[in-house]
Amino acid sequence: MEIVPLLKRFSEASGVSGYETEVREIAVEEFRKYADEVRVDKLGNVVALKKGAEAKARRVMLAGHMDEIGLIVSKIEKGFLHFTTVGGFDERVLLGQEVVVHGRRDLPGVIGSRPPHVLPKEEREKVIEIEKLFIDVGLPEKEVGELVQVGDLATIARGFIELRDGFVAGKAFDDRAGVVAMLVCLEGLASIKHVWDVYAVATVQEEVGLRGAMTSTYDIAPDIAIAIDVGFGNQPGVPEADTIEMGKGPAIAFGPNIHPKLHEQLVKVAKDLEIPYQVEPIPGRSGTDAWAMQVTREGIPTALLSIPLRYMHTSVETVSTKDIERTGRLLAEFIGRLDEGFMEKLGWKLEAGN
Amino acid sequence: MHLKELSEAFGVSGCEDEVREVIIEAIKEHVDDYHVDSLGNLIAVKKSHRPSAISHLPKVMLAAHMDEVGLMITHIEKDGSLRFRPVGGIDDRILLSKAVLIGKDRIPGVIGVKPIHLLKEKEREKVVKVEEMAIDIGASSREEAEKLVKLGDYAAFATKFVELGNTVKGKAFDDRAGCAVLIELLREDYPFDLYAAFTVQEEVGLRGARVAAYAIEPDVAFVLEGTVCDDLPKKRDVSPTTRLGGGPAITLMDRTFIADRRLVNLLVETAEENNIPYQFKQPVVGGTDAGAIHLTKEGVPSAVVAVPCRYIHSPACLLSLSDFENTVKLMKAALGKVSSTKLTSLSRSQ
Repeated sequence: MEIVPLLKRFSEASGVSGYETEVREIAVEEFRKYADEVRVDKLGNVVALKKGAEAKARRVMLAGHMDEIGLIVSKIEKGFLHFTTVGGFDERVLLGQEVVVHGRRDLPGVIGSRPPHVLPKEEREKVIEIEKLFIDVGLPEKEVGELVQVGDLATIARGFIELRDGFVAGKAFDDRAGVVAMLVCLEGLASIKHVWDVYAVATVQEEVGLRGAMTSTYDIAPDIAIAIDVGFGNQPGVPEADTIEMGKGPAIAFGPNIHPKLHEQLVKVAKDLEIPYQVEPIPGRSGTDAWAMQVTREGIPTALLSIPLRYMHTSVETVSTKDIERTGRLLAEFIGRLDEGFMEKLGWKLEAGN
Repeated sequence: MHLKELSEAFGVSGCEDEVREVIIEAIKEHVDDYHVDSLGNLIAVKKSHRPSAISHLPKVMLAAHMDEVGLMITHIEKDGSLRFRPVGGIDDRILLSKAVLIGKDRIPGVIGVKPIHLLKEKEREKVVKVEEMAIDIGASSREEAEKLVKLGDYAAFATKFVELGNTVKGKAFDDRAGCAVLIELLREDYPFDLYAAFTVQEEVGLRGARVAAYAIEPDVAFVLEGTVCDDLPKKRDVSPTTRLGGGPAITLMDRTFIADRRLVNLLVETAEENNIPYQFKQPVVGGTDAGAIHLTKEGVPSAVVAVPCRYIHSPACLLSLSDFENTVKLMKAALGKVSSTKLTSLSRSQ
């Protein structure tokens, strides 16, 4: 599988939380290549099933979210669009950013910045509140009124950028990189015999509260669940203790959100196959779909793989495609080793009952 | 029109080569001669089309600057990230989360940002200074980065030109808009000797224009610009400087110069006679090559005509194509009048 063109396609598609239509179509199309069944559920999650070798198989669920943070038009003033954010944006990254407004048709635009020539020095030292920012689509006021209405969504316009050494930059790699890793896994499972049923889910509305994962996990009722998301890659200006290393393989998370035996098994598979990996300690809330999946129904043993990513929630998120490939491979190999007795090996319920 | 090509060309002050190549290609069939001077200015000459030179006609200089604001790589960190400083006037706040191209090989890079999740509340209220920013090219060590980038390399914003309708979006409209207007003007023939100067290093202190004007010794000069347009809705009532769609902007006065009133009158009369919309640029914002040109040698009567551009000195500017066309129209008509009048006979009345 060629990761670069696939990630490019996913990254450049729009899909703000709750409005994932465009990226969903791509997810359906791509999952169909490797899954036995693909369906879209009530909230809009894409659920792909790759059947295991056994008739009454146990179920493993993978989840990567396909929604992205974005902007929503809140008011139109003289043809300029006021907006607010959907999901967690640092307002400081918005100035001078190119966007696409999803009006009656897609309109390219710019979040305008006043030129330095007219700004007093003290103004340049202040962060501009979002209320003072505008999207300019460069059209006459009347035309803007016809094409855009309050409530229309906008996404950051950022073409996919290939950096050196397998590194790429763009928008919405959080968590389209995770979706691509699931596809790598499914492709790998074509040549790895597996007895469990595999549900790969491209979830919706993660950025506004893990909502797609909540309902899809309830629906699938998996025996175990693994979220694939992005983690903070090392970068200048951020303490090493807060980050994982770029290009050093997936981070296998550990902490209250994670079933310890699943963590152990993922580490074991990575070690056995010499797949580079790292451990990411998460002392509490992981902020990922894993957090919702773990407490679904009567509780589900859950794990989390994080793909290292720099500059999260900006238009220049950076990942190493090698890390995506390794994440997918680790998942496939892990799934290949799931046998009938695996749940007993987890031993969680037994021990808890003692 | 060459605006797309010009906008996408790489030409930070001191490194205008790619822009110059685009312009040479566009004008070489339309001029009698051209050369590149020691600073890198491209100077083209179009001789009077009259069979014998008419002595009283002035030598006219038209100038537009080729350079744009950008960045320069000043340090390579051990981890392979690149520290940089601005070349020309850039507001630090527009730099975060932008894509750039670096050096001769146009190595792609991005200006990183600390993820919002790791920011303390107070940090979000602070402007990130350019000194704290770094460009990521995907290199994981200094050695790796040094194979692709060296200290002193220039970086320009990676922005594609797009038509939004009658408005277009792109980088560096200050002053590729002026360059594009000047290219259009060179398609015409004039009865006087015309010198076109595509200048370097305007953004760092009007440096190319100074030496170009010295060499040309014009009797009169017109500077063609892409200028400040600050017509966004604002809480406080401050002037928009110019308005998008309001036609070419004529400068009366800016930080560097006071326009020659005879030339301003000539431009205004020409616009009114030809029903070309025009506007005055609000004093006293910005400065242009005219600041250097009008003080050359004994002095050169000068004027500035500009295409209003929103968001100049940022990665993505907007301009109106009708403003662009009207600027070309106004300049063509005004140059027509220069040829029929002796400059000295233009009255000095206010």
